[in-house]
Amino acid sequence: MLEIDNLWVAINGKNILKGISLNVKAGEVHAIMGPNGSGKSTLAAVLAGRDFAEVVEGSIKYMGRDLFDMAPEERSKEGLFLGFQYPIEIPGVSMVNFMKTAVNEHRRHKGLEPLSASDFLKLMRDKKELVEIDSKLANRSVNEGFSGGEKKKNEIFQMAMLEPRLAILDETDSGLDIDALRIVANGVNKLKRPDTSTIVITHYQRLLDYIVPDIVHVLYDGRIVKTAGKELAVELEAKGYEWIRNEVDRS
Amino acid sequence: MGKENDKVIGEVTSGEYKYGFYSDIEIESIPKGLSEDVVRIISGKKGEPQWLLDFRLKAFRHWQTLKMPRWANLRIPDIDFQDIIYYAAPRKQNTVDGSGEIDPEIKKTFDKLGIPLEEQKHLAGVAVDAVMDSVSVKTTFKETLAEAGIIFSSFSDAVKEYPDLVKRYLGTVVPYTDNFFAALNSAVFSDGSFCYIPKGVRCPMELSTYFRINAANTGQFERTLLVADEEAYVSYLEGCTAPMRDENQLHAAVVEIIAENNAEVKYSTVQNWYPGDKEGRGGIFNFVTKRGLCRGENSKISWTQVETGSAITWKYPSCILKGDNSSGEFYSVAVTNNHQQADTGTKMIHIGRNTKSTIVSKGISAGVSQNSYRGLVKVLRNAAGARNFSQCDSLLLGDKCGAHTFPYIEVDNQTAIVEHEATTSKIGEDQIFYCNQRGISTEDAVGLIVNGYAREVINKLPMEFAVEAQKLLQISLEGSVG
Repeated sequence: MLEIDNLWVAINGKNILKGISLNVKAGEVHAIMGPNGSGKSTLAAVLAGRDFAEVVEGSIKYMGRDLFDMAPEERSKEGLFLGFQYPIEIPGVSMVNFMKTAVNEHRRHKGLEPLSASDFLKLMRDKKELVEIDSKLANRSVNEGFSGGEKKKNEIFQMAMLEPRLAILDETDSGLDIDALRIVANGVNKLKRPDTSTIVITHYQRLLDYIVPDIVHVLYDGRIVKTAGKELAVELEAKGYEWIRNEVDRS
Repeated sequence: MGKENDKVIGEVTSGEYKYGFYSDIEIESIPKGLSEDVVRIISGKKGEPQWLLDFRLKAFRHWQTLKMPRWANLRIPDIDFQDIIYYAAPRKQNTVDGSGEIDPEIKKTFDKLGIPLEEQKHLAGVAVDAVMDSVSVKTTFKETLAEAGIIFSSFSDAVKEYPDLVKRYLGTVVPYTDNFFAALNSAVFSDGSFCYIPKGVRCPMELSTYFRINAANTGQFERTLLVADEEAYVSYLEGCTAPMRDENQLHAAVVEIIAENNAEVKYSTVQNWYPGDKEGRGGIFNFVTKRGLCRGENSKISWTQVETGSAITWKYPSCILKGDNSSGEFYSVAVTNNHQQADTGTKMIHIGRNTKSTIVSKGISAGVSQNSYRGLVKVLRNAAGARNFSQCDSLLLGDKCGAHTFPYIEVDNQTAIVEHEATTSKIGEDQIFYCNQRGISTEDAVGLIVNGYAREVINKLPMEFAVEAQKLLQISLEGSVG
């Protein structure tokens, strides 16, 4: 699904990612953990195609294709979804209109006819139920005036609408109370299929109580310094990032 | 973020102007230049009565004493008024009584513009007066409307058929002394639409005038006069387009509206004159005086405009709120891209008691364009209980364009409440990226965001035109964001 090979990324000439390699197969859930400033969000941004970060070296293959050859909207239409850490407000544009445009672009990409208004509204209803999102949100402008929790739930709702192959969730748990966290995690779990993959980027282990990863990576100072099974998250929570820091510095 | 910014903003290319074609129609025109003789020739061609010729001549003499207004936030090149043709008409036009055949070329032109001139083909419920260059070529649904007592005809026909009505109202809202361009229009206006809705009649269909400039080197000076008698209602729409040319062309129109007791007039404009190319060559100079008089009690006049075209727009659709409890509205979206300049807004003059006005102006600037809102809210001494709310928003695409707001507020009555809100925002690259990440292209994202921003105004348009206006907004801004 996704093969990252020796990825070096700089922002304003300063290296942020320093040789990341990562292989995500279909059906897998990967967690990327790490302290602030380790490069987690930069990685997410590069995958989605945000161009403030400069790729210095390395390659990324997505579904066998060179990811850097694909425009951000094409990545989306090919099934790459980014759940934003800070979802953007778009005043005046209703969620219905926004999602209808997005869904129909995805359908057109697959050679399908646009959905009729009634089919689209039915799809929205179904997905809202699935992710337990308040149906009033759908009638408001995109993220405008949403609380932090509502914005995150709205990201999962959009994910449900677009049914991605590869979902990258960038600190989706930050700013969520425990109920919202459960709803978001349940949504992600319900959307999981054997042929889809998820990358969960997070600070804390608590989200991983609900979304159980197959593989956990620890990102520190632009490098993946540790990769192991789900028990690594627990160990990390108990020992803190200090432990990683010491280990890295020793070697 | 600098690099991305540059990229997003730097790639300024122009969208396609869909209406830039020229129709090869045989025209009859008079030589270039402006003089009393030209005024007499125009009047003579129309077989006008003496009083109307006198009106024109007074206007012309007054115009000669005036200077081009320079107070707007516009860079207006010198206009040589002797280098313009003041009358050009398709040779084989419809006859005055409406029974004659229309030149197939003219029909084709309007078909291409999406304005079929056959009644059975037309959008249900819309009557059209089609004006090409200096004359009205066809007015549809005249007979149907006449059954309800409604007069809807070209201005020239109205002068012949209803001289008393025209004489009673012409120049009563916009006198020929009003301003430079109103004086010029009063002297040389060649056609336009006349509409009268009698007492107690609710006009059963949308009325519209479609203005098309076709001939080269020609100015268009049309005049619209709309009267809603007591308890009457009408919704009126005008649209405008012109061929692409490297030379500028002048359009100076006058619109007058009169609303009597309890009457309501909605006047909507979708202005899409040729805006010039992306280097700023060519385009229409659009100097328009539009004013409505709420003469009666409880009368209401509402202006809605979507301004996307013209190289220069100078236009302030206004309301004189004379009748007690009368109300005026102004809803505007003005888009400027490339080298376009717009100085547009409104005047709300509160004279009667408990008069209300609402102003919602949405400016959108892109490219290296300049977009100004200029509005006056004036409350006179006797306008007790007057109320105004103004909201002026500006949206910027890129950092080479300008948005300006010039609100003037003059209040002479202590009981008046006047509110003004203004915002300026930019389309953020993070908004566009958010759309991209959901599979929406940058072009579509801009369209989505701009239409969301302008929604409040677009919603005021009649349904059929709201859809058109939405597309137009998107096309006008095509290529303005990389």
